[in-house]
Amino acid sequence: MSNAHSGAAGNGPAAGPAGSAAIQNRPAAPATGESSGSGPGPAPSGGPGSGPERRQSLSQRGLPRWAPAGFAAAGIVIGVAVGAGAGLQSRVQWGLIAVVAFLVISYAVTSAVENSRQAKDRLATSVVWVCFILAVIPLFSLLWVTVSRGMKVLDPYFLSHSMAGVPSSQAGGGVYHALIGTLEQVGIATVIATPIGLLTAVYLVEYGKGALAKAVTFFVDVMTGIPSIVAGLFILAIMLMGKIEPSGLMGSLALAILMMPVVVRSTEEMLKLVPNELREAALALGVPKWRMILKVVLPTAIGGITTGVMLAIARIAGETAPIILLVFGSQLINSNPFEGAQSSLPFYIYEQYKAGEVASIDRAWAAALVLIAFVMILNLVARGIARWKAPKTGR
Amino acid sequence: MASTTPIDTPPAPPAKSSPGGSTGRMGDTVFSGLSKGSGILLLVIMATIAVFLTYRATLAISQDEGNFLTTFDWNPAGDPPVFGIAVLLFGTVVSSVIALVIAVPVAVGIALFISHYAPRRLAAPLAYVVDLLAAVPSIIYGIWGALFLVPYLDGLNLWLDQYFSWTYIFDQTQPGVARNMFTVGILLAIMILPIITSVSREVFLQVPRMNEEAALALGATRWEVIRMSVLPFGRSGVISASMLGLGRALGETMAVATVLSPNFVMSLHLLDPGGGTFAQNIAAKFDEADQFGRDALIASGLVLFLLTLLVNGAARLIIARRKEYSGANA
Repeated sequence: MSNAHSGAAGNGPAAGPAGSAAIQNRPAAPATGESSGSGPGPAPSGGPGSGPERRQSLSQRGLPRWAPAGFAAAGIVIGVAVGAGAGLQSRVQWGLIAVVAFLVISYAVTSAVENSRQAKDRLATSVVWVCFILAVIPLFSLLWVTVSRGMKVLDPYFLSHSMAGVPSSQAGGGVYHALIGTLEQVGIATVIATPIGLLTAVYLVEYGKGALAKAVTFFVDVMTGIPSIVAGLFILAIMLMGKIEPSGLMGSLALAILMMPVVVRSTEEMLKLVPNELREAALALGVPKWRMILKVVLPTAIGGITTGVMLAIARIAGETAPIILLVFGSQLINSNPFEGAQSSLPFYIYEQYKAGEVASIDRAWAAALVLIAFVMILNLVARGIARWKAPKTGR
Repeated sequence: MASTTPIDTPPAPPAKSSPGGSTGRMGDTVFSGLSKGSGILLLVIMATIAVFLTYRATLAISQDEGNFLTTFDWNPAGDPPVFGIAVLLFGTVVSSVIALVIAVPVAVGIALFISHYAPRRLAAPLAYVVDLLAAVPSIIYGIWGALFLVPYLDGLNLWLDQYFSWTYIFDQTQPGVARNMFTVGILLAIMILPIITSVSREVFLQVPRMNEEAALALGATRWEVIRMSVLPFGRSGVISASMLGLGRALGETMAVATVLSPNFVMSLHLLDPGGGTFAQNIAAKFDEADQFGRDALIASGLVLFLLTLLVNGAARLIIARRKEYSGANA
């Protein structure tokens, strides 16, 4: 994964500007950057205006390495000055002005001192950085809002009580019934989906050939994209035909449908990483193929498989739509997933949000914090396992 | 991680010698039967989803007094039951297109950042941070969007209305809270960023290194390298990544259901509250629906199913045509 971009990224931020000049100058050390340009090479004789056309020396005038930092500082100064000067209320606007100023300054200065190609390169670099920051802002905003608002209500009482007899406008009540519901529904879904997913992946990697394997691969991929609400509607259609009452089990079935393709994909990737030598060695000793798979292939890949399953659990734990359709929601503790309405964490959040009272929205945030903590911990642990127990192929 | 290790494991060849190998090994038959059965089961599930939804949908549509495709109303409980998906289809497509327009450039930028710009040691952790966006449950995006993002976007909406109302789509005819298609589009864009990013990133990392180094050797700047060798190579990958993102956006339920204040009006004024999507309509109307109403909702769900099937299938076909992309594991 890492080797592909080393050529570009390894040279650090100075690689671009140095490239064209340094290569003609000292082909042996193209990465040494501007220092080589200004040092041993012919002294930059062209004036400040020497553009790419009238370049006389082989090396090119370059901006110092700290130039981007300088541009950024100038941008921030302008942003603050304009923002304060024009009396803009929103700090977001200040930031936007600063970013625009930064881009303009860096483009103008670079095209004046270096050339327009370098200027474009700097512009692209800045834009790419901005894109990344744009993606990180919502993530941290979301985490911060959830944690700060969720902490208000979250305490042991909240975790250990249900909503029985608590009107939505009043404070109090808790999430216990929803926790039980989530754990049971997700647990049942995992028990259903994991074996099927594992076996399908084994089929695809170890046995699969021909049209059937191709069809399974294709539809597993397509199945990954099934909206959760459609999975819910499918089980709902079955319920309508079989006159089945809503229960936690029905929700689990929909969740299992959503979970299977995820497990198949990740397990498949992991099984493909198992070195063929191991398989051949086992087979050469006369081990039957099924024992080879059970005793050699699966144990080798078990770390990655666990990770995949945990990520899949994290994904379905947050699904709300099927629960709305199939489990129906309840304010009471119902620890029997096979009969009667249940609640679940995501459903609880939705229900409390819809109630619209101050107290209920506080509860929604607290439940959101519980859910996000659950999902994030699963995620972190899963990635940790993946890193620890990664199969030792000659990577 | 999996992509670069060049192990394209062919299904382990030696054991499949059925003439000599079938020496009465029960275990093998049972195990291969089980695993094959699971594969078939998955296909059967997909097929039954289609069949069951179609069956229930025909029950509902056959009694629909309006035209299912063109009616601007959802009233299956009325005396002549009248319901149609025109507004829902429109809203679903519009919100997803907004999401794509916002998300694709940003996602390509992030993918380039991770594959070509980020300091090398930071690239993997940063990629993980972006993947965390995908781990956040959609209901949490929903309440974050409704309670936090919407107030923030009021100002943006006013600004857009003030300066861009000539574009028609940013003309705000009913001022109010920003519970509109535009906000939904922004929220969906955030939600589909991770999948577009991760698939594009995989593709960008597979650009032949020789191409990049050749460009560098000719004196290209980093941006020129990207424009000349990375982007052309990655184009089909980015297209299929976008379609995967589109598939996600089409079916998103909770984020839309919490943020949008729905109605059954078809309007291209993106800043006006109103509109609806398939998934949002199902979640919102389900509580009050009787059995027939549920069948009607199933009918609309069938359309959504076919839509996502089409989009996802096309995306996967594009990916499959260039088999070396393992973007499918996103």
